[in-house]
Amino acid sequence: MPPTPTKERTPRAEKGHPSGDPRFQLIDRTLKRLQYQQDALIEVLHTAQEAFGFLAEDLLIYIARQLKLPLSWVYGVATFYHFFSLKPQGEHNCIVCMGTACYVKRAAEIVAALQAEFGVEAGHTTPDGKFTLLTARCLGSCGLAPVLVLDGEVLARETPESTVSKVRARLAGAAATNGHGASVAQPALQEVEAV
Amino acid sequence: MNRVELQAIAQRELDQRQSYRCRLLCCASTPCISSGGTAVQKAMEEAIKANGLNAEVVTVATGCMGPCSRGPMVTVQVQGQPDVIYERVTPEVAEQIVARHAVAGEPVADHVMPSNLPFFTKQTKVVLSNSGLIDPERLEDYIAVGGYSALAHVLREMTPEEVCAEISKSGLRGRGGAGYPTGLKWDLVRKAPGERKYVVANGDEGDPGAYMDRTLMESDPHRVLEGMAIAGYAVGATQGFIYVRGEYPIAAKRLEKAIRAAERRGLLGSRILESTFNFRIDIRIGAGAFVCGEETALMASIMGRRGQPVPRPPYPAQSGLWGCPTLINNVETFGCIVPIIQKGASWFASMGTAKSKGTKIFALAGKVNNTGLIEVPMGITLREIVFDIGDGIPGGRKFKAAQTGGPSGGCIPAEHLDTPVDYESLRALGSIMGSGGLIVMDDQSCMPDVAKFFMEFCMDESCGKCVPCRVGTVQMYRILQRITNGSATLRDLEILEELCEMVRDTSLCGLGQSAPNPVLSTLRYFREEYLQHIQEHRCPAGVCQMTEVPIIELVHRPIARAAAASPVAS
Repeated sequence: MPPTPTKERTPRAEKGHPSGDPRFQLIDRTLKRLQYQQDALIEVLHTAQEAFGFLAEDLLIYIARQLKLPLSWVYGVATFYHFFSLKPQGEHNCIVCMGTACYVKRAAEIVAALQAEFGVEAGHTTPDGKFTLLTARCLGSCGLAPVLVLDGEVLARETPESTVSKVRARLAGAAATNGHGASVAQPALQEVEAV
Repeated sequence: MNRVELQAIAQRELDQRQSYRCRLLCCASTPCISSGGTAVQKAMEEAIKANGLNAEVVTVATGCMGPCSRGPMVTVQVQGQPDVIYERVTPEVAEQIVARHAVAGEPVADHVMPSNLPFFTKQTKVVLSNSGLIDPERLEDYIAVGGYSALAHVLREMTPEEVCAEISKSGLRGRGGAGYPTGLKWDLVRKAPGERKYVVANGDEGDPGAYMDRTLMESDPHRVLEGMAIAGYAVGATQGFIYVRGEYPIAAKRLEKAIRAAERRGLLGSRILESTFNFRIDIRIGAGAFVCGEETALMASIMGRRGQPVPRPPYPAQSGLWGCPTLINNVETFGCIVPIIQKGASWFASMGTAKSKGTKIFALAGKVNNTGLIEVPMGITLREIVFDIGDGIPGGRKFKAAQTGGPSGGCIPAEHLDTPVDYESLRALGSIMGSGGLIVMDDQSCMPDVAKFFMEFCMDESCGKCVPCRVGTVQMYRILQRITNGSATLRDLEILEELCEMVRDTSLCGLGQSAPNPVLSTLRYFREEYLQHIQEHRCPAGVCQMTEVPIIELVHRPIARAAAASPVAS
């Protein structure tokens, strides 16, 4: 569910979402840039997912209203694509690449190890909301297989043991042991704070 | 901007380059960034500052250099000397490179990658000729190596018919997998009646194990844009779209930047290079659906809908985006356009085999020593790719199969290693060229398990529109699951083969039609292995856990026991 509104209604929010949540302004801005075209639905959903982390029902209703599309249409598109998540994600997430190159280099064992260690199925979040385990089709770093992304940091040539220990360290709040890495996930929150 | 100004920019840029004695090119494509490339460049910049070399030495963040498994890569260009390529550079090594190579001119021998390796000598870089040598985020860098001169030439000297004829003459075929002649496609769209036409670049590279398109978009975005603009002129379109996979944020960012820069300079947008030609390019970010690589599904996705294919005809060339004639080509195909215009169709046609011209980029991965991105002339043998360029299998293990074409392709066994790589011969072997993923497997890979892996992929990615694909892939997956867990019978194998043919012949789009390929090709070359799983209950590669037994045996067992027990009881 979306966070409860904290701000009072501002005059500008009248036009936007009644909750006045500043993140809706990001969506409104995208809508305006794309001139409320119905064809731009996927772009708008991308913005929404970036701002909120997942697409709550409330959010889908809002987008459907703004674009004058049936909610069933918006829901249909949001559920068709793997990129959109309708459930909140955990505090930390680990995406294991299951592309062919990684599969040949036994990425399935990494997933199995993480599943056993943290008691969570691939694609799900632990009940305490701390950790989400995801699998990806291919991250396109096949030369470095097996590859995984832990909280936006790409880790290359992993083993089940090293992955489990890194995830455990991350969950315990310890600093990452691996010094280098790339941030692939753009932190949307910075942009939100700037609004 | 006109031609003269274009040349002036190029000259200015080259002069500026001359003013530096040494250029340090750091790879900034996704694999090298993942292995620490950003820190390396930072360390180099600090070392340059510390040594007071700001005026002589400069670092450049470039695109992919190829050998991704050996990253981060750095190329050192000292004036008057051949380039030196470094592998596995750490920040410490980077400091040494600056202190020793850039200052004293002696290379740091431990990390130098010899330039006479077959990995480099067997490659022919046409599409990737700029990759790893220019900064993809700077338009001036691209102009300096002759960028946008092909577009200027086309706009000034050639009619749309001539452009289409030139592309036809080059023998270029679609690099997305099917291999449809590009010139023919352009001509169809050009002749199609309609006021509005569109050009679409397909960068939705969903095949696991393939990343050529991403690298091209990351390393040389302007080449793709220029190719698209030439296509737009040839077919009479004014709007282009690049559909980039959602998993490629860096590629999307660099393309966005490239489009803005080109628009500012009047190389895209309205009145391009002071001609009457207008062409806009917009980016569409995909949202993770393999089926969107299929052209009708891709167009549905660009129009903001569920990415479900529709029956063809009408082909996109007649009725595509919003009902208008639409040209769809792969990103790599657009990458081939600029060299064809610059160097001529006959030069391009001189490379390759009789029916497949030019070069092809492959993403070499899996159980091979040199993984990375390679560009080779068509007609090269698989053996050369795997054993010369790839330097063989690690640990001295045995080569078992090469998988091409992703989930739509097949596995090629060792006995066909000497087949030349082109569209026709790969198809004859039951595989396809595909977009260019090439995964090498050694004797530790189990073929039914690989088939199961791809079937799971197709099952997951099936859009659910037509029954053969939606239901057939699930049934095939279940049978493969039974084979790999030990509970299959020979009857299952028969049903599997029947299903393969049925799904192949009756599915609506390419995804379903090609989904059985991995099964069919592994059955063709590794039938023995399937039989070992079923009859002997063992997995020769040691991958499958054969924990189950066929249900029929479970049924028979109590009877047998009862029969054995009955004489005693009576």
